This record gives sequence, structure tokens and C-alpha cells, in this order.
Amino acid sequence: MSGIDGWNWDAGERRVVELGVLSSFEQVHEFAVSPDGEKLAVPVVEEPGQVRVWQNGELWSEAVERAWSLRFLPDGRLVALVRVDDSWTVAVDGQRWEDEFEFAWNLKFSANGRSLAVQVKRGMKYGLVIDGRDWGAEFISMRDFALSPDGKRAAALVQVEQLAEADIFKFAEGVWSVAVDGQPWERRFINVYSPVFSPDGQHVAAEVRLDMFEYSIAEDGRPWDAVFGTSWAPCYRSNGKGIIAPVRTPEGWALVENGKPVWQGRYSQMWHQRLAPDGQRLAAVVSTAYGRWTVAVDDRPWPRTFSDVVLAPRFSPDGGRVVALARDQGSWLVVVNGQPWPGRFDMAWEPEFSPDGRHLAAKVERDGKFQVVIDGHPLPRSFDMLWSPRFSPQGDKLLVRAVEEGVYKRLVLGLEQLARA
Amino acid sequence: MADIEDARVEDAGIDQAVDKLEPARIEAVIRRVLGAGCGARLKVYLQTCVHCGLCADACHTYLSRDRDPDFAPVAKVKETIWEMVKRQGRVSPEFIKKCARIAYTECGACRRCSMYCPFGIDIAYLIMLVRRICALLGVVPVYLQDTVNSHAATSNQMWVQPDDWIDTLIWQEEDAADELEGVRIPLDREGADIMYSVIAPEPKILAQLIANMAVIMKVAGVDWTMPSLDGWDNSNMAMYSGDFEVMGRVERLHWERALQLKVKRVVMGECGHAYRGAVYDGPKWLGWSKPPIPMVHAVEFYYELLREGRIKIARKIKEPVTVQDPCNIVRGRGLHHKLRYIINELCEDFRDVSPRFEHNYCCAAGGGVINCGPPWKLSRLKSNRVKAEQLAATDAHLVVTPCHNCHSGIEDIIGYYGLGMHVTFINELLVKCMDRGDGSGEVER
Amino acid sequence: MELLVTVCAWLGLGVLLLGVTGRLLWAWRAARIEGSVLPVMSARYGLRSLVHWLLPLSTRNQRLHPVVTLVSYLFHLCLLLAPLLVAGHVELWRQRWGFGWPTLPDPVIDVMTLVVMVAVLFFLLRRLAAPEVRNVTGWKEYLLLMVVVAPFVTGIIAHLHLLDYRLVMVLHIVSGTLWLVLIPFSWLSHMFWFFFTRSYMGSEFGAVRNARDW
Ligand code: HEM
Ligand code: HEM
Ligand code: SF4
Ligand code: SF4
Repeated sequence: MSGIDGWNWDAGERRVVELGVLSSFEQVHEFAVSPDGEKLAVPVVEEPGQVRVWQNGELWSEAVERAWSLRFLPDGRLVALVRVDDSWTVAVDGQRWEDEFEFAWNLKFSANGRSLAVQVKRGMKYGLVIDGRDWGAEFISMRDFALSPDGKRAAALVQVEQLAEADIFKFAEGVWSVAVDGQPWERRFINVYSPVFSPDGQHVAAEVRLDMFEYSIAEDGRPWDAVFGTSWAPCYRSNGKGIIAPVRTPEGWALVENGKPVWQGRYSQMWHQRLAPDGQRLAAVVSTAYGRWTVAVDDRPWPRTFSDVVLAPRFSPDGGRVVALARDQGSWLVVVNGQPWPGRFDMAWEPEFSPDGRHLAAKVERDGKFQVVIDGHPLPRSFDMLWSPRFSPQGDKLLVRAVEEGVYKRLVLGLEQLARA
Repeated sequence: MADIEDARVEDAGIDQAVDKLEPARIEAVIRRVLGAGCGARLKVYLQTCVHCGLCADACHTYLSRDRDPDFAPVAKVKETIWEMVKRQGRVSPEFIKKCARIAYTECGACRRCSMYCPFGIDIAYLIMLVRRICALLGVVPVYLQDTVNSHAATSNQMWVQPDDWIDTLIWQEEDAADELEGVRIPLDREGADIMYSVIAPEPKILAQLIANMAVIMKVAGVDWTMPSLDGWDNSNMAMYSGDFEVMGRVERLHWERALQLKVKRVVMGECGHAYRGAVYDGPKWLGWSKPPIPMVHAVEFYYELLREGRIKIARKIKEPVTVQDPCNIVRGRGLHHKLRYIINELCEDFRDVSPRFEHNYCCAAGGGVINCGPPWKLSRLKSNRVKAEQLAATDAHLVVTPCHNCHSGIEDIIGYYGLGMHVTFINELLVKCMDRGDGSGEVER
Repeated sequence: MELLVTVCAWLGLGVLLLGVTGRLLWAWRAARIEGSVLPVMSARYGLRSLVHWLLPLSTRNQRLHPVVTLVSYLFHLCLLLAPLLVAGHVELWRQRWGFGWPTLPDPVIDVMTLVVMVAVLFFLLRRLAAPEVRNVTGWKEYLLLMVVVAPFVTGIIAHLHLLDYRLVMVLHIVSGTLWLVLIPFSWLSHMFWFFFTRSYMGSEFGAVRNARDW
């Protein structure tokens, strides 16, 4: 399958597949739809211990004992974690990897979807398999990992030495490290968190715990000189030169780059810092006072604050706008540049900008039904199930993937038309 | 007098750290903690206390130890934080050792005393400051610290490996499906109404509880999910050790997981301290005045299901039953009436305790006390004779304990004082009593 | 004598007023810095708690300690009212400011004064007798009890002209001043903190935790 340009962008509505037939299965699990909207898939149970993946009415030829974590990759391939004869592996488009594991979980893939990685366990040891290539290296434990932007490399949080029961002294000396492509950093830490690759995939940064109450950020195993009360996940500037992280200082939460403040403001809380596409401007979720949340853009918090929570902000492709979801007094809002769209929702999903940054669309839920909201205007039609809408490369069409009256449908809407309607 | 046996307990986490303490470091840490950010409440409490001793009767440790004045809440403050303030932090390592014993093992931060002190002085808060100081000095009971280390490394309380977690859920789902057809534990089901979270002892040693919940969810027709990745554990011992950085990290991950899964609410298993961590202490440290999305304790949840008729009771437990009101959901959430509603729905012969509701006696296990482990077990048991007497007075056979700490704590007390009772979670009774819609649920007791 | 009265009255009341104001302002600022205190405060639940703790025997702990509670109520009632309603004070006030307010008859005041004295004796004995109280009682507590009772003892002696009136009056005025001055600077400050600590706890229990605190 080719990229998004190759998708069918002809305006119109198509009934892709009827879902009524699924009722013949004993159980129907969680649905997944392909990015281009052409396919819908779901694991179905034929009888206990016999599961198949159903896709647009067809079944994967092979039955497995279990299948879960089913999802479409950005390139349209369909993957799942499957168990056969008590061993786990990854199945891609119905084809199982040759290697089998005691366990396999935490599937991640690169932005283009070509690269696929999963954590595995074998002989009570923990490892990682990336595109079918086994790290070989095995660890006492592995909590999570990050993929490089191209998906070719992985960095995992690993325990490199055994701890006896209740051995708090050894723990304090440090038995955790970050393993990059299977090779742990030389230096060990009390804890390591939130690894991230530089944009070129050459370096890895992570939060490190140097002493029981001293945290810092390390790059390739070398911590900054500066230490802090604690920290949250770091991110790289797009040039790969700067590492930016929120850290806790005695005056409050601060945003620092390579250990030095980038913002002067101190906040009750700060996390989810995001860079604009130009790599210069920064936005982050902040708490300006106890129980008050908003987004700060370049150290200036939006005047409007929210009571419950604000999710990670996102810049528009032109950098001109910032959008974030906020929960306030029990309902969800879509907030653009500090101004909520009209309407409160029972749930809202991460909105998406059109490639030219002019439009913004989101999936929202109200009274158990799902709707698409574009630029603040809800489309009149609501669905029983819905996946986040996608813009066409020219930003003039919107792909809506939805289930209505037992039918999975693919809709391409022209924005001009919508504006007129 | 402090109990000689308690003072002699050997605990490597405390003893070895105390040996290495420098007075200058102690002073610096105390000044830092008592100086910053806790000015108002700390100073007002210290100025207000009229030393009247009226808080004594609140504390199960005082009542259980023949009214030993050293176990009165105000005495615990006198022996620790008053002295630190008076001497401006210039206290000895030995003093810190005593502080650790008092703050971690003789006070469960149950907050009963703040409803006995006429001024509402929050002794538990003051004790938590002492714990914070001890934690910063590295003086923490070894088993408690190990639990905190587990939280820091794995985000769960018991070093549960990521695959063991998922595997346990799958295995529990299969077990539950044997009992009732079609039961599922949906993993990572984005957009479900409810995320269900538990504490690590469930997958580790009490996995059946998860299967029970799956059955309950199926019968009630709930759209629910459980997360496959870290953040599934809602417990938090770092909150009690005084390592608030780790506490915050654990709570944040739990809530981030719920937000990622796009659920409307989180329902949690029968645990009290986890409720406190997820609803109060964790959010507060992170800057939330309340959880980002609602947290529903199992007791509230069962109440809702029974009240709305989504679960029907097919038969009732016949033997006499009593209850342990867990501090963190009773004084901490006012769930005592709902708790009794549930018990009365499930049991024919409910015998209430006295005192009850907000005035319950703590189980003496909560607040991190039971997590201080075997070295302190005897002390803990001695500290809760009143609970044993209170339970014995009911003549019940079964004690409903909708909290993991209470469950273990009461079980220990039952053994030590030879009460001949059993403890049970509501969950276990519910699966026995409810109408599963398939004619089962008819197990005779 | 008149000079002493003027100086002491100004000093006592001045320090009390300034002291209390200063403390409250400090607490307000400190509470703002602490961040999570003020948002918790709730008028409804704060008052609910105050009412329960101000009505005798309405809380479980008061019922567990009926004698202490009743003594304490009588003590506080008399302690607060007697100085305000004694003719001697109101007279002095009227002389200085030209207006006054109704007073209670002297015998009533005498009784109230005796109540305070007996109550302090009770508190004293309780501090000596009850281990959990003795354990947290030091010289400061005994001293404060003495300071608290001193103006009442000297007041009644003066009134009944038992000893040299001038000397006793001087002692009365000095002890009375000390009484006033120490309120903001000792645990006697519970007089004003009470309303804040209690309503904070009431708010936390009621508004946040959905529970009662009595
Ligand atoms: C500067 C301060 C004060 C002055 C000049 C002052 C003066 C007086 C005078 C002239 C009397 C009347 C005595 C009599 O009847 O012959 C009196 C009585 C009394 N004073 Fe004060 N007073 C002062 C402070 C206080 C304080 C602070 C208290 C309280 C706590 C207090 C408590 C009393 C009481 C209870 C009586 C009445 C005793 C009785 O009649 O049984 N006084 N005072
Ligand atoms: C409106 C003001 C006041 C309130 C609400 C108040 C409240 C209380 C309360 C709740 C107690 C707790 C113990 C008990 O009930 O015995 C107490 C004790 C006490 N109060 Fe007050 N009080 C006030 C004013 C004063 C004043 C003005 C004084 C004297 C200057 C005072 C002297 C005392 C003493 C000496 C005790 C301790 C008794 C003991 O030794 O146990 N109070 N107060
Ligand atoms: S255990 Fe409970 S009652 Fe006892 S001092 Fe601690 S908080 Fe107060
Ligand atoms: S009851 Fe309150 S004022 Fe009295 S000693 Fe205890 S903490 Fe202090």
C-alpha cells in the first residue's frame, strides 16, 4: 500500500462491511480500522481457546489460542499478539513470526509503520525483538522502551543486576540502566525513566535517579551536572542539540534545557512539553495554582484555566495554533489557543490539524454517541462507533471511519461542501 | 514508657542508616522540611495545641497498650516534631531512630485523633512530616523501603514483572470463564466506561479477586477494561514512607493510563490506602485538587450495582458477619452507610461494631505499618488489642474487610488473639450470593 | 496608679490586638504559599464543625469526657464574660471614653471568678493526675495556668478588700496585662486559632472526604 496520497479521496460514502455477521461468533473483541479506512478487523472467538482475526468478512486462515493488541500499522499492515501452544509471538497480516516466546507484549512501531518492536520474555529473562531481530541481550527485567524515529533502534529501561529480596542497599547503589540496541549504558542508576531518541536516532536521553532524592537527565549515560528534586520525561530539540525537561526546584516546576532554565516561570506542575514544528516555540501543560490547569506557550499560560486536567498540547503544522483537550467541571473541552470550542463533551479524542494547519477536527462523545467536530462545529450526524478523522494531504477532504446501524462505513467529506451546508 | 521490646527491634533500614547519620545533615534536612511549604499548618498546629491530652482516647495504640501515655497522639508529636522544632533541628542520630520507630510503626496516620482533638489538629499530618524527614535521611524500615523501591522501579508494589501481570489477567479470565460463560477481562479497551485498577498483591497472591471482579462485571453488564502496561497498580507505599517524588510518579502514571484509555471513571478494588493515594495525597502533590477523572471505590461501585438492580442477590450468607470500617474510605470518604447497605444485602445476620463509622478503630496495619514487615509485627499486634476486643464482642464468624491492609491486619489480629474468625472481601461474598443469570450462585455456606 | 492603668490597658489590649492581627496576617500569607489550604476551606462544613465543637457534649470525645467538658465550658464562659461585664472594668472604660455597657451584679461576678479559679484548680489536678496529660505538661503549662488564673485571684481579692487594696490592684493590673499579652504568644493563642483549625478540619472532612469530624 502506498502512502496517504494513494488513498481513495473521492468524496462520498461507502458501506465497507456489515457487522451483523459477527453475531455468529461466541465473542467479538476490540475493533481496529485501517488508517485509510478500507478495512475493519477484530479478534473473534469461535470457541473457547480458538480465536481468529476477522477482517472485512474474511478470517485469518490460522486459529490461535488468543489474539490481542490488534491494530493496523500506519502502512496498513495488521498486527496482533498471538498465543499458540502456550507460546506467544507477533502475527502480521496473519503471518506469525518464526520466533516464539514465553511472553510477548508492548507492541510499538515507527511513525511510518515499517518497523515493529515488542518486549519478550524467554527463560525468565527479558529482551526485545525489533523487526524480528532479537536483541540477544537478556535482562532481569525490562519495564518499557522507546523506538528511534526511523524505528531501527530501541532503548529500553532494564534491570542489569539481580536484587536479593528486600535488598535496599544494593538497590540504592543502582541496578537499572538504559539498554540501547541491547547494550546497557555503562553507568547504572537507582532508576531510569522515559527514554527518548534524538531526531537523528544517534543519542538517547532519559530521566535518571542519582540518589534517593536527586534526579537529573542523562544523555547516552552521562547525567547533566545539575540535579533536581525530581523530573518528568525529556524531549529533544529538532536539531538534536538541546534536551528539554520539566524539573522540580524548590521554587516550583521549571522547564530546563541541558540543565539550564529555558522558561523563567515556576509552576505548581508542568509536564508534556511539546515543540512547535519550527523547533523553537514550546508549549507545556502547567498548573498555575492548586487545582488549576492550562497550557503555557513560551512561558505564557493561557489566561483561561481548567479544573480537572489538561492533556498534551499540540502545535498546528504552521506553528500558529496550539490545541489541547481539557476536562473542566466534569466534562471535556477542545481548547484552541486558550479558547474552548463551544460545547462540552463526555469524552474527546486528540484533535488533528489539516496539513496546511487551517482546519482542526476531533472525535467527540456525547450521550453515548460519537461525532466529528470540525473547527468547532459538530457535524450533524452521530455514530455508534467512530475513529479519529483524518485530513487529506491537501486539507480539503476529511476521512471519517464510523459504524452506523451495524455497518462499518467509510466517508470522505469535502470541507467546502461542509462549510456550505 | 515506650515498649522495651519495640525499642529493641532490629531493622536494617533504620539501624544502618542511623549509624551513618551526621548531625549537620540531620539539621539541614529538618530545617528544609519544616521551613518550606508547610509553614501555615505546621506552625498553627504547634501553637494551638494546649497539651490537654484529649486526643489520647482516639488512638488504638494508646488504648491497646494499657493507656500508656507515650502512645497518645500528642505524645508522638512531643517525642518527635516538637523536639525538632525546639532544638531547631539539632537532634542526634539516636533521636532520629526513635522518630522512625514512632512515625512508621506506632502511628498509622489513620486520622482518628483529628476528630478527637477539640481543635482538629491533624496529628497524622505532623507524623507524615516526621516520616518525610526520616525518608530524606534514608531512615526507613527495610521492608517498607523495599516496597517503595518496587514502586519506583516497576510502578507496582510487589515487583510484579510486566508479563506476569498480563499473564495473570489472562489466566484469571480463563478461570472466570470456566465459572461463567463469556466472562472477559478486556485489556486496553480504549473508550470503555471504566478502567478497573487493583493493587499488586492481587495479581501476586490474591488473583482470584480479579476473576471475581470479572464475573461481577459480566453479570452487571459493565463496559470495562484493565490496562496491560504499568500504571495498573493503584497502591502507593511511597506516600507512607515519605518519598513523595516516587508517590507522585506512581500516581501520575496510574492517571495517565486512565486518560490514555479514554475511560470515564476508574473503579478500584477493595483497598483503602490506594484510595487515599489515588484520590487525595497523590493528586494533591501533583497539583490536582481532585483526581482528573472520578475514582470510584469498590464499595461505592458495588453499592451502585446493587442499588440500580444491575446485580441481584440470589441467596444470603447465613453465618454472623461483622465489619471493619477501613479508615481511608470511612473517615476518608464516608462510605460506611453504603458499606452497611451492601453487607445487609448479602448477609442475613449482620452484627455491627461499636464504635463504628468515622469512629472506627484503625486496623493498625494501614498507613504503611504492616509494610514495615516481620520485625514490627509483634508491636503491631500489641497495638490493636482494642480491635480484637471490639470484634470479639460481636460474636461474628466473618469479618468483612473491604481493604487490603485491613484484611491482612485483621487476619493477623484474629490469629494473635485467637478470635476464631475469618476475614473476607465483599467481592468474595458477592460472587457467592449474586444471581448470575445462569442459575448458579447457589453455593451453600 | 492612673498612669499604670492607662499604660497597662493600652499595652495589654494593644499587644493583644496587634499580636493577633500579625499572627492572622502571617497565617494568611503562609496558607497562600502552602497552596492547598485555602481551596479546601468551605463555609458550610467549617461552620458545621464549629457548631458541633462549640455545643457541649455534641461530640463523641466530649461525651467520653463529660466532666472535663463541663468544667471547660463553665471555665471558658466565665473567663470570657467576667472581665467584660465586671463593673470595675466598665467603670474605668467609661471614665476614659465616656461610654460603657451594662454590667453584671458583683456577686455574680464573684461567683464566676470562683468558677474560673476552681476550674483552673481542676485543670491543675488533672495535669498532675492523668498520665496522658502529665506526659505533655511542662513548666510552661503550669506557668500559663497561673497566668490565666492570676487576674481572677487578684481581682476577687481586690474586690473583697482582703489584702492591701493598692498592692493587690497593682498585682491585678500587672497580671491582667500579662494575661492579655501572652494570648498571641503562647498556646493561649488557641483562642483564635481554634476557629481556623477546626473549620479547616471540618472542611477537609466534610467537603473533601464526605465524612463527619465529631
Ligand atoms: C489593665 C488592666 C486591668 C485593670 C486596670 C483592671 C482593673 C480592675 C478593677 C478596678 C476591678 C474592680 C475591683 C473592685 O471591684 O474593687 C477589676 C476586677 C476584675 N478584673 Fe480586672 N483589670 C484589668 C485587667 C483584667 C484582666 C485582663 C482580667 C481577666 C482576665 C481581669 C479580670 C477581672 C475580674 C474577673 C474582676 C472581678 C473580680 C470579682 O469581682 O470577683 N482584669 N479589675
Ligand atoms: C473563644 C475563645 C476560646 C475557645 C473557643 C477556647 C477553646 C478551648 C478548648 C476547645 C480547649 C480544649 C480543652 C478543654 O476543653 O478543656 C481549651 C482549653 C483551655 N483554654 Fe480555651 N478557648 C478560648 C479562650 C480561652 C482564653 C481567652 C483563655 C485564657 C486566656 C483560655 C484558656 C484555656 C486553658 C487554660 C485551657 C486548658 C485547660 C487545660 O489545662 O486542660 N481559653 N480552650
Ligand atoms: S495512629 Fe491514628 S489515632 Fe493514633 S496517633 Fe496516629 S493518626 Fe492518631
Ligand atoms: S487534643 Fe489536641 S490540643 Fe489536646 S493535646 Fe491532643 S493535639 Fe494537643
